Amino acid sequence: MLVSDFKTLGLIGGVLVLLAIASAVAQILARRTDSGLDRAIVDTFRRRVRSWWVLYALLAFAFFVHPTATIVLFFFISFWALREFITLTPTRPGDQRTLFWVFVVCTPAQFVLVGLKQYELYSILIPVYAFLLIPAGIALSGDAKRFLERTAKIQSGLLISVYCLSFAPALLTVDLPKLPSGFEDPYRHARLLFFFVLMTQLSDALQYAWSQIPNKHLVVPEISPTRSWEGLFGGTASAMLLGGALWWATPFQGADWWMAAVMSGVISVMAFAGGLSMSAIKRDRGVHDYGTLVEGHGGVLDRIDSICFAAPVFFHLTRLWANWVISAQSQTLS
Amino acid sequence: MAREALSSWGSDLASSLVRSSLAVLARFVSGASVRWLDCQPDTCQRVYFANHTSHLDAVVLWSALPPEVRVLTRPVAAKDYWMAGPIRRFLSCRVFNAILIDRTDIKVHRSPVDLMIGEIGHQYSIIVFPEGGRSSGPDIQEFKSGLYYLCRRRPDLELIPVYIENMNRILPRGEVLPVPLLTGITFGPPMWLEAGEPKHHFLARAREAIRRIQHLRGSS
Repeated sequence: MLVSDFKTLGLIGGVLVLLAIASAVAQILARRTDSGLDRAIVDTFRRRVRSWWVLYALLAFAFFVHPTATIVLFFFISFWALREFITLTPTRPGDQRTLFWVFVVCTPAQFVLVGLKQYELYSILIPVYAFLLIPAGIALSGDAKRFLERTAKIQSGLLISVYCLSFAPALLTVDLPKLPSGFEDPYRHARLLFFFVLMTQLSDALQYAWSQIPNKHLVVPEISPTRSWEGLFGGTASAMLLGGALWWATPFQGADWWMAAVMSGVISVMAFAGGLSMSAIKRDRGVHDYGTLVEGHGGVLDRIDSICFAAPVFFHLTRLWANWVISAQSQTLS
Repeated sequence: MAREALSSWGSDLASSLVRSSLAVLARFVSGASVRWLDCQPDTCQRVYFANHTSHLDAVVLWSALPPEVRVLTRPVAAKDYWMAGPIRRFLSCRVFNAILIDRTDIKVHRSPVDLMIGEIGHQYSIIVFPEGGRSSGPDIQEFKSGLYYLCRRRPDLELIPVYIENMNRILPRGEVLPVPLLTGITFGPPMWLEAGEPKHHFLARAREAIRRIQHLRGSS
């Protein structure tokens, strides 16, 4: 497949240029020790840039290879994130069998159903079936110690790192409004996913940047020493501006162009909620990163927390909007 | 003659292919992050001694070593378990090049320590689990005395304490289905048997070396 339309080339090309600039800035900052900048900020930035490249390469797949490849890649990310989550969660030997089924059956099944476009199944597989079978499985082990706590932790891990994340590749399967006759746009699903991931990462970066202004007001100093009200409002406002400016790349076309800005605002708020909630979990477990136990640097879950929280909401709103437009289209046709 | 050489070359190739793919597989399945604390990978003769909680411990530790060290490192394992069935026999003899100890037939003149010393020569390193059996919890049991007798015969061997994390949660005792959690393998600073050091003192010191890594890793 050769990508030839200007919208797609503009989006992936533009982000490529941005990433190249970010890498160059990171390199220059790392070389100059006299810049007066905090060393920790420079290191955070360099790690961020590296994970952006990985995400970018993953998403570029969506354009050049079959969508199934993207779904498989998201499955691996999900699987790894769940490993990190459960590794950090104290489990008891009685959870062994249940955890085995959660990893080996439930997680792949979710992504298979996404790939088969079975919305009615993948939207309830984990919140209904897994939700009910996990406590039953743990009860079968006969170990009742801290039963509700163990159950809730496995359920939360599965919901956040598998269920929520699976709605990102599910964007490739959502029904979008019909294009005017004579127009074709085979990449608009891939662009929708790309736009979504781009906005989560931009929101993170913008909120971080806005939090660097002096005399900031922290939202919850007990949980996060960096997230401030200035970061939340400034970051969300600038994400809305940037997202609105990218309306041409999204399916929100014509009179609905403003949806791109509103969606970006929603993504930014959900990204904030995701980062804050995951910080609270880490703080409770007494670690700095999900990767601390695992690697020397931050884990996968630290990189994708904003995507996990924003994906189901963005998917749901996009689907509502698309169904509304589609029903309006069919009414005008009949 | 040529055919024999060719077939032996072929089976060598097969075992080395299985060896490297198994190492990659074990690294992926265990998700192991490998750390060297005040210690560097080396091909000199060493005894890696680790806590033991799962059947997979030896494989995971072995796969955590760099390839050039891995080919020179042989796990010490129980003969009754590793000779049962053709797959285990192929893995233990051809892939891991394990030193198999017959637990039912230990005699004074042919002790496991004699066997190990004969097998390693002046080339190989070994992986041992001095707790004897697999422990069911995170606590490290008292060490069996084999490590001491081995070092008394070969005091030049470098002892490397290794702490294996989370393996008891991946495949606890009595379970068949592994849960793919992430493990950590930490190699600690080398130690030796001191001249004239009493047995109990040495064994306690070796056990303490692993427990020190455990505390540094901050997990129970």
